[in-house]
Amino acid sequence: MSAMTHVQTTLNGEAVEFLCEPRQSLLEVLRETLGLTGAKEGCNNGNCGACNVLIDGALVNACLVLAVEVQGRTLTTIEGIAPPGGLHPLQRQFLEHAALQCGFCTPGFIVAAKALLDRTPRPSELEVRQWLAGNLCRCTGYDRIVRAVLAAAEEAQT
Amino acid sequence: MTTADKPTEFKVLGSTPLRQDGVDKVTGRAQYGADIRLPGMLYGAVLRSPHAHARIKAIDTRAAEAYPGVRAVVTAQDLPELESKVADLGEGSMNLRYQSNNILARDKVLYFGHAVAAVAAVNAHAAEAAAALIQVEYEVLPPVLDVRQAMRPDAPILLAELRTDELGQKGEQPTNVAAHYLDEAGDLEQGFREADVVVEREFTTAMVHQGYIEPQNATALVTADGQVTIWCSTQGAFGVREQTAEILRLPVSKIRVIPMEIGGGFGGKIGVYLEPLAVLLSRKSGHRPVKLTMSRRDVLAATGPTSGSYIKVKMGANRAGQITAAQATLIYEAGAYPGSPVGSAMGVIFAPYRIPNARVEGYDVVVNKPRTAAYRAPGGTNAAFASETVVDELAEKLGLDPLAFRLQNGVQEGDRRVNGVAYKRIGLLEVLRAAQSSAHYQTPLAGPNRGRGVAAGYWGNYGGKSSASASVNADGTVSLQEGSVDIGGSRTALAMQLAETLGLPIEAVRAAVADTDAVGETEGTYGSRTTFATGWAVYEVGQQLKTQLCERAARLWNVAAEQVQYAAGVFTSGEQRLTFAELAAQLDRLGGPVVASAAVQPKTWGPGFAAHIVDVEVDPETGKVQVLRYTAVQDAGKAVYPNYVASQMQGGAAQGIGWALNEEYVYDAQGRLLNANWLDYRMLVTLDLPMLETVIVEVPNPGHPFGVRGVGEVPIVPPAAAVANALYRAVGVRMAELPMAPGRLVAALQARQG
Amino acid sequence: MRAFEYHSPDSLEQTLTLLAGPGQAQPLAGGTDLLPQLREGRRPADRVIDLKRVPELNALTYDPARGLWVGAAVACYRLCHDPAVIQHYPGVVDGAHVIGAVQIQFRATVGGNLCNASPAADSIPALIVHTAVCHIAGPAGARTLPVEAFCVGPGRTALAPGEILVAVSVPPPAPHFGAHYLRFIPRNEMDIAVVGAAAAVTLAADGRSFVAARVALGAVAATPLLVPEAGAYLAGRPVTAETIAEAARLAQAAARPIDDVRGTAAFRRHLSAVLTRRALERAVERARA
Ligand SMILES: Cc1cc2nc3c(=O)[nH]c(=O)nc-3n(C[C@H](O)[C@H](O)[C@H](O)COP(=O)(O)OP(=O)(O)OC[C@H]3O[C@@H](n4cnc5c(N)ncnc54)[C@H](O)[C@@H]3O)c2cc1C
Ligand code: FES
Ligand code: FES
Repeated sequence: MSAMTHVQTTLNGEAVEFLCEPRQSLLEVLRETLGLTGAKEGCNNGNCGACNVLIDGALVNACLVLAVEVQGRTLTTIEGIAPPGGLHPLQRQFLEHAALQCGFCTPGFIVAAKALLDRTPRPSELEVRQWLAGNLCRCTGYDRIVRAVLAAAEEAQT
Repeated sequence: MTTADKPTEFKVLGSTPLRQDGVDKVTGRAQYGADIRLPGMLYGAVLRSPHAHARIKAIDTRAAEAYPGVRAVVTAQDLPELESKVADLGEGSMNLRYQSNNILARDKVLYFGHAVAAVAAVNAHAAEAAAALIQVEYEVLPPVLDVRQAMRPDAPILLAELRTDELGQKGEQPTNVAAHYLDEAGDLEQGFREADVVVEREFTTAMVHQGYIEPQNATALVTADGQVTIWCSTQGAFGVREQTAEILRLPVSKIRVIPMEIGGGFGGKIGVYLEPLAVLLSRKSGHRPVKLTMSRRDVLAATGPTSGSYIKVKMGANRAGQITAAQATLIYEAGAYPGSPVGSAMGVIFAPYRIPNARVEGYDVVVNKPRTAAYRAPGGTNAAFASETVVDELAEKLGLDPLAFRLQNGVQEGDRRVNGVAYKRIGLLEVLRAAQSSAHYQTPLAGPNRGRGVAAGYWGNYGGKSSASASVNADGTVSLQEGSVDIGGSRTALAMQLAETLGLPIEAVRAAVADTDAVGETEGTYGSRTTFATGWAVYEVGQQLKTQLCERAARLWNVAAEQVQYAAGVFTSGEQRLTFAELAAQLDRLGGPVVASAAVQPKTWGPGFAAHIVDVEVDPETGKVQVLRYTAVQDAGKAVYPNYVASQMQGGAAQGIGWALNEEYVYDAQGRLLNANWLDYRMLVTLDLPMLETVIVEVPNPGHPFGVRGVGEVPIVPPAAAVANALYRAVGVRMAELPMAPGRLVAALQARQG
Repeated sequence: MRAFEYHSPDSLEQTLTLLAGPGQAQPLAGGTDLLPQLREGRRPADRVIDLKRVPELNALTYDPARGLWVGAAVACYRLCHDPAVIQHYPGVVDGAHVIGAVQIQFRATVGGNLCNASPAADSIPALIVHTAVCHIAGPAGARTLPVEAFCVGPGRTALAPGEILVAVSVPPPAPHFGAHYLRFIPRNEMDIAVVGAAAAVTLAADGRSFVAARVALGAVAATPLLVPEAGAYLAGRPVTAETIAEAARLAQAAARPIDDVRGTAAFRRHLSAVLTRRALERAVERARA
């Protein structure tokens, strides 16, 4: 095993440090080292969005980021989306709209949708579909996911 | 929602409570198979064949064993050698020796990606590096990649001992044809003589994958006493237990399978791939837990796909619009080992129609591609693509509306299938009428290069073994343990059926998926069976709880049990009255806990029918197809959990549209898979689909306490045909190949222009 | 994945020193090509040099006189949301914004797209028709190259060992200039171009004739392909369906596509003409606007 690098970040609002090898992806470190398994591995090459996380608010595939790259950065994962003691409007609307079957894609969609609503509070259906085009869902046909995001945008406004 | 027959009044069924596993799944807390981390856990990697067909001459694992951090290396030598024995895998059966050889190739590799050896090491990187050091000496053999090529007498033979199962008799010659089946009815020639219009066409369809987003994974721990625990993402924990026991020659009781949450299966997570390997590696590494996960590349190259096929269909109808005869030959790729779904495809192909004279033949053919696995209505999409486009053409030639033509010939109770079996109460006609009167079909479609297509679909559904148990808690709630893994809301649909049976609100029942040591045997979540069969087990549990609770109330009131009535959550006897919760609170004084369990194996599942309507727009210069509008109409029997029924319909439609337009395995001449990733294996993304409209029809299944029919599979049957029919209406070419990819569509348009 | 060292230098000088060290060094921009390649063992690396902290590579500036300067580590998302870029270089945006979905956009760079040198790279044809220039730094100093000369084969660039791409500059658009890039993909996102086509036109003031034009294709040859014949043909000719069709035919004739998993050579040849025509039509619309 090669030398470990020490990395400090802010993860879901808390200061976190970890040791990793340079070749380890952020996804691997989140899941295997930090025990945050909400980000999923569906493809490990940027094709599915199941591993989505936010780095300084930017939406990225954690499988295409080296863990060493997040030194000094602020990370948000699905585990950090909900306000204390509650659910984020997106989480609530995903449940209300039955926007998940197996739920494996769900963390990635919710993280992606949060990044969208942070920038575009009232997106159109087309904007939602464009923003989520890097997230695969094999179960739902996307209909309910898109509706849930639109409803969450509405909920957040009222 | 349209309802036929007498609607039954339900309180809980048909409502839309939030799913019970929902919060865990939207917060990232739900634990899927690969999320598990155990103390001292090792990570595995699998070495796979770069060849489609080769003899293994030698395997040298020494360098891998010597690699730092490696704790175990296994090859087929570590697996017991098995006799040929056929095991029922649900939605398809499997010879166990082949199953073992598919887990690790013994003397031959039969497809690109075939597993050859596996390694366990302290981390995934070390395991992967060590696996790459394993030296395999291959004698490369010519691959057979096409069913018709595989059937030729001079074709290279994949499995030396394979003999054709010829209508039940074993053949004599080595062959790639594993089986030949035949169904016949009436007098075919007479039927075609009676026809005024005959359409005959040939179709080919490519191999496609289930495409679940979660890769296969398995973690196993073998303790020093030989006790095995497996954590995995599977459609059926009991199936994993049985297959692992058979492959490793272990008593079933030594294996406990803990089903984790599962990220989609669609039939692809019934057979085992990694579980026996994880067990072998754990045993060999000194009883440490070992986790194996597949890469997406491995998933595509070595798991799942469903058969590509060659299908020939001939149908005739008279001027009155009556189908007089139909004939089909279906040749399905089994992949490396026998077991394509050609049998179920034969059942699908003419299922929606009354056909007096018919002949349907099927061939199961091995080729050097991954062993196929069940995929949602196995074989059905290919078959319906062929027959439903021919039906469309017949309707067109007769000048009839495609839905009206289907209605005229559509089956109902008492009509016989080609195999002679008569239908019980089914809902095809109701579905077709609902499609006719849908908002979509009633709205004309205008504009150049646009077209509307329809297609019908059938799936037989299934029953099978299911078990459940429940206990009444002192606060008046009920805890349900059931054996079906939950891939899309079934926990909640089962809790709803228990709540309905008990006359309680859904909030009073909490469902949990149990492991193989905690509940009776339950077949997997496949065959559209869970809400039907496990739902029935749950219903029986509810009935038993009611009986027991009535007895407890009788004891309290000092009356005979028969004098206690229970309805809508309240026990009564004369003036006496107790709510469910009030009685539950007193159980300790009345004999202690009330627990019930039930196991069922119902045979009265009811077939499901669907009709899909699609509008497309074609860019004739590029061949690109945009789906403008889509409506799926389906008979659910009773839609227990309607949101999730609709979601099944939408998801099935979406998969079918992807299959229609883009999805296909692309092999080179050597049999190497060229598109084992999601950039090149093109599943639909958000921008490729419109909203997907659904119309749920309810024609109760007389063979279920709540009228339930399975709903998960039939929605993938019609889409490819519906899209093909729409393309024809849009640009005037009939596509006979799946996928109807842009390049093929342009070529067809150019060919038509000459 | 093989183990490697990671460095994140904060100056160009330090970057070049690190690249010059022993063994194999791979620059890292967004990593959207590099990480999968490292994982699959397609690019060897002893050291990965992260370029994202190097100031020169992060510059994104527009000046009406000097044009656009895109640092090689500028992510597509930033580029495509820059008001000046949107206003003055919609053709560049056409190419850069279709690279992957939004997750990829936040990471992927035009520099990485160029240096990865895929024949199907989406940003390159648009840069070619804009007569963009690559700015290169290396042990032997700085140099420039026209974008069309940067890729020399699939996965191969004109960079010498130890050199990196610092930035791409794009000249200011002339009056009555318009450009467009489009590609054909079977889906509507998350696909690699089957064929891409870019066109840039400068029209006479009345918008009726071509003063100059450039056409470039992607995914039809070993590198993104400038089609000088098409531009030369259009220069001085009127803007008509016929002249555009002839330019499209010339582009099609220049295409040398192969059969691969994403499409057949015949389909690609067919698309070359269709897409070139559409690119020119849209470029003309933009030039007239
Ligand atoms: C899901 C997905 C979808 C994609 N879709 C598209 C698409 O639609 N169209 C498309 O064109 N591409 C696509 N790509 C490929 C990729 O995203 C692009 O090529 C992207 O522009 C690469 O940029 P990067 O910054 O990530 O490059 P990196 O991966 O960081 O680098 C790419 C290569 O260039 C080298 N390099 C990077 N910067 C420099 C430099 N300044 N000097 C010298 N060498 C350098 C690296 O060492 C590496 O070899 C896709 C990739 C993924 C994963
Ligand atoms: S796992 Fe990262 S995009 Fe699929
Ligand atoms: S819900 Fe299963 S992949 Fe989206």
